[in-house]
Amino acid sequence: MPKREDLKSVLVIGSGPIVIGQAAEFDYSGTQALRVLKEEGLRVILVNSNPATIMTDPEFADATYVEPITPEVVEKIIAKERPDALLPTLGGQTALNTAIALDKNGVLEKYKVELIGANIAAIELGEDREKFKGVVERCGAESARSHIIHTLAEAFVAAEDLGYPMVVRPSFTMGGLGSGLAYSPSDLERIVGQGLQYSPTTEVLLEESILGWKEYELEMMRDKNDNVVVVCSIENFDPVGVHTGDSITVAPAMTLTDREYQNLRDISIAIIREVGVDTGGCNIQFAIEPDTGRVVVIEMNPRVSRSSALASKATGFAIAKIATKLSLGYTLDEIPNDITQKTPASFEPALDYVVVKVPRFAFEKFPAADPTLTTTMKSVGEAMSMGRNFTEALQKALRSLEQKGASLEFSSVNELDVPELIESSKRPTTERLSQVQRALLGGATIEQLYEATGIDPWFLDQLVLLNEVSATIRQSTALTPEMLKLAKRHGFSDAQIGALTFNSEAVVRGVRQALNIRPVYKTVDTCAAEFAAYTPYHYSSYDEEDELALHEKPSVIILGSGPNRIGQGIEFDYSCVHASMALRKAGYETVMVNCNPETVSTDYDVSTRLYFEPLTLEDVLEIIAAEERTGGVMGVFVQLGGQTPLKLAAELADAGVPILGTSPEAIDLAEHRGMFARVLDEAGLIAPKNGTAVSFNDAKTIADEIGYPVLVRPSYVLGGRGMEIVYDEAHLSRYITNATEITEAHPVLIDRFLEDAIEIDVDALFDGKDMYLGGIMEHIEEAGIHSGDSACVLPPITLGQDVQDRVKAATRAIAEGVGVRGLINIQFALAADILYVLEANPRASRTVPFVSKATGVQMAKAAALIGVGVSIAHLRSVHHILPEQGDGGNLPDNAPVAVKEAVLPFNRFRTPEGHVVDSLLGPEMRSTGEVMGIDKHFDTAFAKSQAAANNALPVSGTVFVSVANRDKRSIIMAVKRLVDLDYTIVATSGTADVLRRNGIASTTVRKISQEGTGQDERSVVDLINDGEIAMIFNTPSGGQARGDGYEIRAAAVSNGKPCITTVAEFNVAVQAMEALRSYEWDVTSLQEHAVVLAAGLAAQNA
Amino acid sequence: MPAQALLVLEDGRTFRGSSYGAQGTALGEAVFTTGMTGYQETLTDPSYARQLIVQTAPHIGNTGVNKADNESARIWAAGYIVRDAARRPSNWRSEGTLDDELSSQGVVGIQGLDTRAITRHLRERGSMKAGIFSGADAARPEAELLADVVAQPAMAGLRLAEEVSCKEAYVVEPAEHGWTGETLFNIVALDLGMKAMTPARFAERGVRLHVLPATATFEEAQALNPDGVFISNGPGDPATADRQVGFVRSFLEAGVPYFGICFGNQILGRALGFGTYKLRYGHRGMNQPVLDRSTGKVEITSQNHGFAVDAPLDGPTQAPEDRFGRVKVSHISLNDQVVEGLSCMDVPAFSVQYHPEAAAGPHDAAYLFDRFINLMTEYKTAQSQTTQSQENK
Repeated sequence: MPKREDLKSVLVIGSGPIVIGQAAEFDYSGTQALRVLKEEGLRVILVNSNPATIMTDPEFADATYVEPITPEVVEKIIAKERPDALLPTLGGQTALNTAIALDKNGVLEKYKVELIGANIAAIELGEDREKFKGVVERCGAESARSHIIHTLAEAFVAAEDLGYPMVVRPSFTMGGLGSGLAYSPSDLERIVGQGLQYSPTTEVLLEESILGWKEYELEMMRDKNDNVVVVCSIENFDPVGVHTGDSITVAPAMTLTDREYQNLRDISIAIIREVGVDTGGCNIQFAIEPDTGRVVVIEMNPRVSRSSALASKATGFAIAKIATKLSLGYTLDEIPNDITQKTPASFEPALDYVVVKVPRFAFEKFPAADPTLTTTMKSVGEAMSMGRNFTEALQKALRSLEQKGASLEFSSVNELDVPELIESSKRPTTERLSQVQRALLGGATIEQLYEATGIDPWFLDQLVLLNEVSATIRQSTALTPEMLKLAKRHGFSDAQIGALTFNSEAVVRGVRQALNIRPVYKTVDTCAAEFAAYTPYHYSSYDEEDELALHEKPSVIILGSGPNRIGQGIEFDYSCVHASMALRKAGYETVMVNCNPETVSTDYDVSTRLYFEPLTLEDVLEIIAAEERTGGVMGVFVQLGGQTPLKLAAELADAGVPILGTSPEAIDLAEHRGMFARVLDEAGLIAPKNGTAVSFNDAKTIADEIGYPVLVRPSYVLGGRGMEIVYDEAHLSRYITNATEITEAHPVLIDRFLEDAIEIDVDALFDGKDMYLGGIMEHIEEAGIHSGDSACVLPPITLGQDVQDRVKAATRAIAEGVGVRGLINIQFALAADILYVLEANPRASRTVPFVSKATGVQMAKAAALIGVGVSIAHLRSVHHILPEQGDGGNLPDNAPVAVKEAVLPFNRFRTPEGHVVDSLLGPEMRSTGEVMGIDKHFDTAFAKSQAAANNALPVSGTVFVSVANRDKRSIIMAVKRLVDLDYTIVATSGTADVLRRNGIASTTVRKISQEGTGQDERSVVDLINDGEIAMIFNTPSGGQARGDGYEIRAAAVSNGKPCITTVAEFNVAVQAMEALRSYEWDVTSLQEHAVVLAAGLAAQNA
Repeated sequence: MPAQALLVLEDGRTFRGSSYGAQGTALGEAVFTTGMTGYQETLTDPSYARQLIVQTAPHIGNTGVNKADNESARIWAAGYIVRDAARRPSNWRSEGTLDDELSSQGVVGIQGLDTRAITRHLRERGSMKAGIFSGADAARPEAELLADVVAQPAMAGLRLAEEVSCKEAYVVEPAEHGWTGETLFNIVALDLGMKAMTPARFAERGVRLHVLPATATFEEAQALNPDGVFISNGPGDPATADRQVGFVRSFLEAGVPYFGICFGNQILGRALGFGTYKLRYGHRGMNQPVLDRSTGKVEITSQNHGFAVDAPLDGPTQAPEDRFGRVKVSHISLNDQVVEGLSCMDVPAFSVQYHPEAAAGPHDAAYLFDRFINLMTEYKTAQSQTTQSQENK
C-alpha cells in the first residue's frame, strides 16, 4: 500500500541544543526525515532552536523556525502553520516530551493535528516505567523487581524489599539524567531527592540491582502491516551499571548463541507489538545474568535514539529515513534498500565486520566532578570504528578518540602493581579499559578480572590477545612482514608498533609501505556481500581484497572533526557537510573522512564517498593513497573540521598532499605568536601585551611587566583548556605549580587581561583579493569568558559604526597578511575604545553556522568553493552563494537580531560527595551546545535564547541579587527596573545595603556562612530549594565568599532556575524581562526573516 | 602456531589461512551463509552435507558448543571456512570449544582468510567445487590440489538424502516436547536430512511423528494411517529425488494433507510437475525476507537452499500434473523473487522453501506448523463426516 495521500503538511520537532545524552545524532536523523518528507511532496515545517544543525538549513524545510522548543512556542507555530501532522519521534526526548505536552493540553486536538510515527498511548506505554513493566509481563518476559515512588518516604519503604544496592531512575528524563545507584540509605535520600526534581512527573523508579549483568540492545522497526525487523543487536563491553552511552559497545552481539539471541528477538517483537509502535523504530535494552542466562528487560525508547544513529551507521540501514517513510504509510517491503537497490528494507542487516563504539569524556573540564561512570550518562561524544575483527575495530576506535592515553599502552607492567590495577578496575571510570588490559599484561588472569569487573571473558580474552600480539611485536628482531601483518590484523597503529620496537612512526610506516603491507577498503553493504552494493561507504581493514572502484574525477577530500567534545562539536561537522554539498553541486567528487557516528557527515548520502575511519595521520594518508590509486586526488580540506584535521595540515603537506584553501604555512603563521605579531604590526593593529614563559620566574617577570590581571594558558590548546585569569603573584605561582607542566616545549602564554572589555567575534571569507565579512558578533559577557560559553548578538547592538568599520578593516588586513583562502575567524576586544586583536583562526569556526543562519548566507559553502579556486566575485555573481552586494558587516536596519546562547552541562556532573559542580563561567570553555534566539528586536531575541537554553527568564516573582563589591555600582539601574516591573528583590546584606541607600527595597536573606537571626532561619539556599526564588543573580567575589557563591549557584543548577553570574548578562536579562512583560513574542521562520532581509538589502542598495 | 592451510576453488583461485579443527583434506561445494549467530546449528544441519561452509560473520566459536543446540547427531558440513576463530568460548551453556568439536569429528576447517573476498567471488561466479587442505596436505603442489578439487562430483545431480537420512524409523512423542494433552494428530515425516527442531515444533503442538527413512515406500507410510505427511529439508539435487516424488504423488492422490520444508518444497513442486533448478549461489542465512502472498505480510526467514522450484509466479495455475488441480506460489523471496512456497488449491498440500523451524534463525514463520495443523483438522473433520455419512447410509 503506498503512502497516505491525506497528509499535506507536517511539523517536525528537533531536539534543540546539544547536551549530554542528546547530541548530533538527532540532527542526522532529523535531516534524513526532512529530506524524505520533502521528496514525498509534503510541506515541511521544522522547529529547532539549534542553529548549528544541518536540519535548520532553510533548504531542508518550507518553514524553519529557530525558536525555543517549548509547548507554548510550538503551539504558536501550529496556530500559524496549521500542519496536518506532527512527527515527534526524530527529535529525541525533547521532541517526544513536547508532543506529549501538546496532546495533554489539547493543542493537537484543537488544531486537528495528527501525531504520526508514534501515538500517545504507545509513547506512554513505552516510557512510563510502571506501564512498561505491565507490557513486559504481558509479553511473557521479566523486568527487574521494582517499586515506583513519588516521595522520599515511599523510597525507604521500597528499600526494605529491594535491599542495597538499588538502581534509582527518574521517569521521563533523557540520557539517564538523575539516575544512579544507591548503596546506602544516605545515597538513596540524595539520589531520590534529585530524581524527584528532575522527573517532570515527580516519579522515580527503584529497582533490584542487576549490576554486573551482560547488557544488550536491539534496534527494531515496525510498519503498519505489523512487519517487524531487527536492524541491529548491540552488546555492551561494560556490564550493567554504566550507562550505555558511556559504555564501549559492540555490534553485532558477540557472546550470544542463536537460541539466546532469538529469545531476545522474540521478546522485542512481542514488546513492540504490545506497546503499539506501529510506524517507526524503537530500541529495547536487556540484561542477562551471566551465570544463568536469566533475561531482564531494562527499558525501551519508542523513538529514534542515539543508538539508532549508531545502528544506522554500523549497518548501513537508514533507520530515520525509513522510520519517516513508515510514518507516511509505506510498509517496509515497499521501501528499497538504498545500498543494494534491488532488495527491500524489510530485512535484517547481516554484518561481516565488527563495530566498536567508544565514548569520549570531558572530565578534564570539570576537575571537581566524580569520574565514576554510573547510569547517568556523562560522555560528550563518541567515536565508532569498523574492522574485520574485534581487536582491529577496538584499536581503531580508541585512536579515533584523539585523546592522549586513549590508545592501549603495552609497556611492561610491574607485577606488584597488578593488585592495585585489579582493585581500581572494580569501580568503572574512563580508565577501566586501560586498567583491565594492563592488569592482564601484568599477569592477572581473565577470571580475576571477570570477577572484578563483570566484563565478559570473551572480551577479556581479546585484550589478552592484544597483549600477546604486543609481545610478539616487541620480541621481533626487525620490522618483518610477518610481524607487521600480525600487528596490523589486530589494529596496531604504526605509532604503537614504533613504540614497541623503538622506531619512529615514520620509520614503521616507511618499512610497512615498502613491504606493501597496506590496508584494503571494504564496503558497508547491509548484507555481508550477498548482494552488490551501490553506495561507496567504506572502512579499512588489513585483509586481502580491496573493493574500491575507480573514480572519474580527482577527488576532493574533506577531513571531518572526529568525536564531539567540548570546544569541537557539531558546528564543525556543519561546515564539512556544507562544503561537501556545495562541491558536489558544483560537479566535484567529494570524499568525507570521519569517525563520529552521530553526525550528518557520516551519512553515506552526503558525499560521493564516505570513509568511516580514524582521523590520524596514518589512517588519513592511507585513504589519500587509496584515492590516488583509484583515480587521483585534487586536494584535501583541513580547515573545516576544527583542530582535528588542522593539526594534520603540516604533516600532510610534508607528505606531498595538496591542501585546498588556506595553506598550512598561513595556518601556522596565525598560530605562531611572533609571526602573527609581525602581521599585526604591518597592519597597524595591536594585541594585548603578552609574553611566553618557560619557567615561573619567567612568568613572574612577564606578568610584572604587563601588570595584573593576566590571562595564562598552556600553548596549543583547544577550547581554552587550562586557561585562567590570574589576579596576583600568589595566584600565578599556584597556577604554574598546579595546573601546568611547563617546559621549553610546552611554554605558558601570558596575556594582559583586558578588564571590562567588549569581546567581538568576526567570521569572514577571503579569496586573496576580495573579502566577504560574514558577520560581527558582539559578546554579551565581557572578555574573559570563553567565547564558546558567552552569549553573543549579531548584528552588534552597542558598537558604533566607526568601531564596526575598524573591525572590518582589521579583518581584511589580517586575512590578507595571513594569506587566507577561505574562512577566517578573528576575536577582538574593545577596551577604552582601543581595538585589540585577541586571536585569529584561519579556518571554519564554531560560529560559522550561527552567522550563516542569522544572515541567511551559507559561509561554509562559499569557503569550500574558494578552496577550489572560485572567487568571491563569482560566488556573488555566478553561484549566488553570496549576496550580489553588501555583506554581513553592513546589515540593513530592519535585519533580524540573532542571539546565540551557550548551553552548559553542569547538572550532569557531581562531586564525589554528590554536590553539583560549580557553574561559574571562565576562560575555559565548558558548554556542550548552543541555541539561537532570533527576532525583530534584541530584547525578545535574548529572551528567546534563554528560553531555548532551558533557562526561561521569569515574568514575575522573586529575584535574588548578590554581587561582588566591584559590581555593586553597576547593578543599581537594572535592579530598580525590576522593582518597577513588580519583581520582588531578595539580597544578601551587603548588596541589600547598597540597594537601600539607592532607594530600592529588598528583603535581606542570610548567606549560608551567616548565623540565623531567629526570625526567618532560612538561608538563600533554603529559599532556592523551596522554590521561592525565580531567578538568581550572583557574581563571584573571588576568594573569600567563594563557598557561599558556590552553594547558591549549585542550588540554582539543582533546581533548574536561571542563574546569571555576570553584570553584563544581568543587564540584558532585565531588558528581556521587561519585553516579556510588555508583549508576547511572535514566531518567525528563517524563510520569512530572509524575505525581510532581502527587501532591506535591496532598499539599502537602491 | 596452527598449521598452514589452503582453500582451493574450482576456478583456480586460492586463499591461504591456517588450520582450524581437524587437519587433512575436505572436498565439497563452497557456499556462504550470512547468519550472524547459530554456527553450531548450521554445522549440524544435514542439508550442508558435502558442502564447505563460508561464514561471513567474522567471529566464530565465541559461545563454544553444547549438546542442546545440535540439529543432528553430528557435523554434516564437509569443511568449515572462518575468519576469526574464538580462542576461548564464553557462554553459560558452553560445554566445549568448537575447535575441539571440529577436530574430534574430523572436520577440516580453515581460518584467518578473507571470507568476504571468498563470498564476493562465490556471489559473482556462483557456488563451486572447492577443497580445504591443511597440515601436510597443504604442502602438496597446488596443481594437484586443484585436480582433486575439480575431480569431485558436482552438487548438481547428486543424490544425498539417503546418505544423511535416519536408517531406522522412530517415533517422536508430543510428551517429549512438553505437550501435556492428548495427541492430536499422527503424521509421517520422511527424513531426508531433518533438523532436530522440526519434530520438536510438531510435537510441542500435540503431533506424534513417525519419522521414516528416505527410502520408505508409500505403502509403509500408508500403513501408519497418518493424518498428514511431512517431508523435511535435506541435501542434494532435487532432480534426483524420483523416489520421494512418487511417494508424495501417491499421498496427494490419496488426499492426505501434505507439508514440506525446503527439500520437501522442491519435491512437492516436482510432484506437481514443475522443474527445479540450481541457484547461482543459493540463499543461506537468517535475514531473508519472504512475502506471504496470502496475508501481504513479510517474514524474516532462515534459509539454506541451493536449488529452487521453477513455477509461474503470476496467479494460480493448473499444475502440469493436472490431476492435482490448481496451485499457486504462496511465498516469494523479496530479494530475488525466487519461489519460496507452494500452495495447492484443490488438494490439501503446501510447502515452503525456507525454514519455519528456524534453528538457527528467526521464529517469524512458526505459524506454518499451525497452518498444517488446521489443514489436518479440516481433513480429519471431513473424513469423519464422510465416515459418518457412509455409516448412516
